[in-house]
Amino acid sequence: MSPNTRGGAFIMALYLIFLMLPIYWLVNMSLKTNFEINTTVSLWPQAITFEHYIKIFTDSSWYSGYINSLTYVVLNTIISISLALPAAYAFSRYSFVGDKHLFFWLLSNRMAPPAVFALPFFNLYSAIGLFDTPWAVALAHCLFNVPLAVWILEGFMSGVPREIDETAAIDGYSFPRFFVKIFMPLIASGIGVAAFFCFMFSWVELLLARTLTATNAKPIAVTMTRTVSAAGMDWGLLAAAGVLTIIPGALVIWFVRNYIAKGFALGRV
Amino acid sequence: MTLELQNVRREVKGAVHISDVSLMLERGSLNVLLGATLAGKTSLMRLMAGLDAPSSGRVISNGQDVTGLSVKKRSVAMVYQQFINYPALTVYENIASPLRVQGLPRAEIEARVVEAAKLLKLEPYLQRLPLALSGGQQQRTAIARALVKRADLVLLDEPLANLDYKLREELREELPRIFASTGAVFVYATTEPTEALLLGGNTATLMQGAVTQFGPTAEVYRRPADLATARVFSDPPLNTLRVTKSGATVRLENGTTVAAIGAFAGVADGAYIIGVRAHHLAVEDRTFGDASRGESGLIRLAAAIAVTEVTGSESFLHMDVIGEAGGKERLTALVPGVRRLEPEAEVEVVIDPRHILLFDASGRSTGTALDAAA
Repeated sequence: MSPNTRGGAFIMALYLIFLMLPIYWLVNMSLKTNFEINTTVSLWPQAITFEHYIKIFTDSSWYSGYINSLTYVVLNTIISISLALPAAYAFSRYSFVGDKHLFFWLLSNRMAPPAVFALPFFNLYSAIGLFDTPWAVALAHCLFNVPLAVWILEGFMSGVPREIDETAAIDGYSFPRFFVKIFMPLIASGIGVAAFFCFMFSWVELLLARTLTATNAKPIAVTMTRTVSAAGMDWGLLAAAGVLTIIPGALVIWFVRNYIAKGFALGRV
Repeated sequence: MTLELQNVRREVKGAVHISDVSLMLERGSLNVLLGATLAGKTSLMRLMAGLDAPSSGRVISNGQDVTGLSVKKRSVAMVYQQFINYPALTVYENIASPLRVQGLPRAEIEARVVEAAKLLKLEPYLQRLPLALSGGQQQRTAIARALVKRADLVLLDEPLANLDYKLREELREELPRIFASTGAVFVYATTEPTEALLLGGNTATLMQGAVTQFGPTAEVYRRPADLATARVFSDPPLNTLRVTKSGATVRLENGTTVAAIGAFAGVADGAYIIGVRAHHLAVEDRTFGDASRGESGLIRLAAAIAVTEVTGSESFLHMDVIGEAGGKERLTALVPGVRRLEPEAEVEVVIDPRHILLFDASGRSTGTALDAAA
């Protein structure tokens, strides 16, 4: 190894430690007892305990938070992708009055702070009985996820030559059959990336999720705030919940790891 | 099946893409659309296929008006210049796809796909994905898909343009043979005059969205109806010279006069344009070459070499006529052998009036034809 590469490796290692330290510390804490957390600073658990994880998986007030979160996230992803697919196809293949302006306006929705929309959503969903259901959060998150999915999918779709659509029409394919059988496999990676982004943004969004739920559909992030009690913070439990919150995102990233850069460029690479 | 276009016109945002084209394509015929890039070949094909609708005019298929009919309901197959296949499907499924849509029984699909694959030498690749194949194999897959459908109208839009030279020759020989037996109307677009001549059949020359002439390919080549057609159907570009005939002499722009024989014999006095294909120009060294000096009636012009290109067994000589005032046209000669002449070298260009195309001042042909032997 030349001194140069060794220096590079050293810097890389420092950077990785810097990045991974908080995550390590979270895992570390989740395996310690609260007594150890509060009294000593230890680099690894002195006495490993799984009591926090066991509590989360057995106490329904805890695990239902995960179920609620996953429910509205999955709902939102399905709604966003199924709405965005035809929309992105239209933007990619047809020109109509104001198409470019509409396309840009979609993206500008992504830039609005969710707080702006929290109050109108709360009022509207209370009025029509959607308040405190997974649907409330799933639909509210469409506000920023549908435009994002349209942008990503449009980029991938525009990479497919129009002649393929025409050849399919010449071959006699009906539009739905063409779309499902020929076209969707061509943009499968795009659909995966768009779904990933919808999943992640919906998973980490807290403000709308908290405003639009009370007890029945309470997401995990809200449940986590309950650990403050008269006896102080339940640090270990909180850390364990945090570890479990990272897992779904990490799993989804694994599936789209090869396409994620293209997704960040909105499919335009 | 026959296909007829009646005064078909297409405008997009005020720009005329196809202007009033009328064509009658017969059953079982091979029709070449010859024209430069942007001449409207693809636009015309898209109108024939029904991918685009004409702004005015009618498309008649087998005596039925199909102008507004969607492409899905027509019996059409098309092969694009780019290799267009369904990347997610295997070669077998690609070829089978139009048959699957028609809902044919499995056994018949299999039989027809295997037959087409055999014809196009795709048998070893049937289970592969198109993108794992070479360009030639990908295009053969597209052609097989067009073939297997047994459509009434088969459109081939520069199908060989993106292939390498050897494959192009091979497929060009096979294509007319493969499709001849089907009885369909074939339309083949190309930018290369040589390709049109090799394919034979009929040729329609296109220029700026209009068909300038339509007829048997050799006929269009030998008797172009006008200057535009002759220009489209010449590669290297057609050489033109402006001349004036008065009585028994013909006067060139640089002042040279020659006897009015050959193509000039039967025409009235006035201004004309001579068209000469590159291989009909003879180039002689000014001081030594005098083999044909004795022959009368040859047009001789002093010219200076601008560029020479040697392609191995042939040489292209680009020259400027000396003494021609203004509007100087460059002459290009294609001569056998290696002739490496220095720029500025003075040569003599010899034109045989029997090998010229003669057009009147407006570009219409005077009815002269190249000798059959030429």
